[in-house]
Amino acid sequence: MSTEQIPVTDTPFEVGGRTLRSRLILGTGGFKRLETLAEAIRATRAELVTIALRRIDPKARGSLTDVLDECGVELLPNTAGCYTARDAVVTAKLAREAFGTDWVKLEVIGDDRTLLPDAPELLLAAEELVDDGFTVLPYTNDDPILARRLEDVGCAAVMPLGSPIGSGMGIRNPYNLSLIVERANVPVILDAGVGTASDAALAMELGCDGVLCASAIARAHDPVAMAHAIRAAVEAGRLARGAGRIPRRLHAEASTPDDGLADLTPPVE
Amino acid sequence: MIFVNGEPRERTGATIAELLSDLGVEARARGVAVAVDGEVVPRAEWPARRVNDGERVEALSAMQGG
Repeated sequence: MSTEQIPVTDTPFEVGGRTLRSRLILGTGGFKRLETLAEAIRATRAELVTIALRRIDPKARGSLTDVLDECGVELLPNTAGCYTARDAVVTAKLAREAFGTDWVKLEVIGDDRTLLPDAPELLLAAEELVDDGFTVLPYTNDDPILARRLEDVGCAAVMPLGSPIGSGMGIRNPYNLSLIVERANVPVILDAGVGTASDAALAMELGCDGVLCASAIARAHDPVAMAHAIRAAVEAGRLARGAGRIPRRLHAEASTPDDGLADLTPPVE
Repeated sequence: MIFVNGEPRERTGATIAELLSDLGVEARARGVAVAVDGEVVPRAEWPARRVNDGERVEALSAMQGG
């Protein structure tokens, strides 16, 4: 099932002046084989995928960029592993040199146990990269104030976490995510924490504009099947958000009317 | 003595392009970037930029990552 076959209209997903067909962005980390990655890309229908820079490994086999080029996807370089604004800024510039794109998924993390963003460093790096002409998509905490600050310095989107990277813990604070969505004037993309399809659906139901997902797909028992599942979940959640959920109620409300209910009382003897 | 990706090498005076060749990478390869002592060296400078004694070269390429 794809939204193309569903008779509903949706607004385009616009990020940084670009219109994306898919609201699912795929992280390429964690796939054991490049062939599986390529199949997962096709299953997600993602057109934007993340990529990292690491020291050249002369023993590496197969070209990641060739595989991604064959899939026809655009690259979103990340600054994963950077702990300071300076490292992240230099890494973004290296990625611009390597991949010829000024888009960057900005990550500045605080420690290797939680991989949670270091807010002050993140904001510093975001500001510097925006000033240098980058289209900055920051991986951020689920903090509405930090999200606003990132938007204020000119980030093209904000990408709050649902829970720590690779934890698969889903969306731990849906209220904060709703608060971010409520006031954001740039796209909100859930980044990190998705464990399975329902987490991605919830993100979209809460009003996120997109979902970025890596580990949940790459580390699933069957990555390609999970890629299909999460793609469908993103579409389902988007549709549900647009459709408008019913309010939660403490007590039941009959869906069958009481009017015209048959009187089946036996005669009094 | 210079350092390439953390390894000491007796290649003082070599160009960036030559060092990339040592690593089996073509200088025009997409997805490759180089920093010397923490500063980006633009691709256009790789053929001429020589690495001085003690400088640290980071030669990077595309890697899977979320």
